[in-house]
Amino acid sequence: MDPEPGLADRRIPLLELMGVFFRVGITSFGGSTAAWLYRELVERRKWMDDDHFVTALTLAQVLPGANPVNLSIYVGSQLRGGIGGLAAVVGMVGPPFVVLLFLGFLYRQYGNSAVAHAVLAGLAAVGVGMSLSIGVKLARKIRRPVPILVGMALFTTVGVMHLSMIPVVLILAPFSVGYEWYAARNSEPE
Amino acid sequence: MNRLLGIFLVFAPLSLMSFGGGQAIIADMQHQVVDVQHWMTGPQFADIFALSRAAPGPSTLIAALIGWQVAGFVGAVVGTLAIYVPSSLVVYAAVRWWHATKESPLRTALERGLMPVAVGLVFAGALAVLQAAHVNALQIFTTVVATGLLISTRIGVYTIMAVSALAFGILQII
Repeated sequence: MDPEPGLADRRIPLLELMGVFFRVGITSFGGSTAAWLYRELVERRKWMDDDHFVTALTLAQVLPGANPVNLSIYVGSQLRGGIGGLAAVVGMVGPPFVVLLFLGFLYRQYGNSAVAHAVLAGLAAVGVGMSLSIGVKLARKIRRPVPILVGMALFTTVGVMHLSMIPVVLILAPFSVGYEWYAARNSEPE
Repeated sequence: MNRLLGIFLVFAPLSLMSFGGGQAIIADMQHQVVDVQHWMTGPQFADIFALSRAAPGPSTLIAALIGWQVAGFVGAVVGTLAIYVPSSLVVYAAVRWWHATKESPLRTALERGLMPVAVGLVFAGALAVLQAAHVNALQIFTTVVATGLLISTRIGVYTIMAVSALAFGILQII
């Protein structure tokens, strides 16, 4: 694929790509995959900018499939085409697959271990903190009133009121995109 | 062989129905695995669901544990492929289409417009994990402290994870 603004302009080696997803796969407790990927891909390695990552994140959440897997395919194939998507997914799913089968084995042999459960709960609590801290960092970049309202409306309806995510996104996302479209047209042409 | 085919036929359709993420299909999955296929009991399902939530990575990896229960290691591999490959093909097609549109005012508007949607979903997702039934006050406290440290200090997340895991383990023992 051609290089594109906002994406790394060098060709990222497949092993390096896989290694990053491998590390994220093994550390992303408590549903914090997106936060870990943001830290690794945007903040530390600068393989993509905020806009690319956030678009990937939204589509990964709306399309069918597990969000971490979708995000891996999206990011991997943006950086290195189809083979990159495959490398990213294998890196992302491989380590948790092994960890989970190992936990399943322990569970079958010894039943529930209270200490193991407590340790995993402690890791999950930090994982949620990781998600929240990235959410705050991204939220700070939203400074205009309409986007702020869109973000708050989404959190309130899906997070607090437990409305189904898909219909809410199907209403709010076109509204928000349409607003940006008109805002860009009515400001100065670049 | 029939067992492997059975695993595939249960998980592949669920893969394509999991709009919005894995949590959307857990109830259907339980119905299929417990009531229709009789691969395990309800309490067994609840136990391995808790395991898959506690482990790192996507919670839909529960398909690997179910496959393992039904047909051993090969079953785990087939379950994992069946739950991820169909949806992944859809996502890959979407990425290809997205890349083909190149830079345009529409794309810029999409990227800007989706930003607040994504941020709202990140907070909603974190809240959903915090509201799960088994979460206690200590976990919420830990989450709040970890969030504060990650935002306003340069303390590494690995350090915070190690301290938290250790503290939770010790508190459980004493």
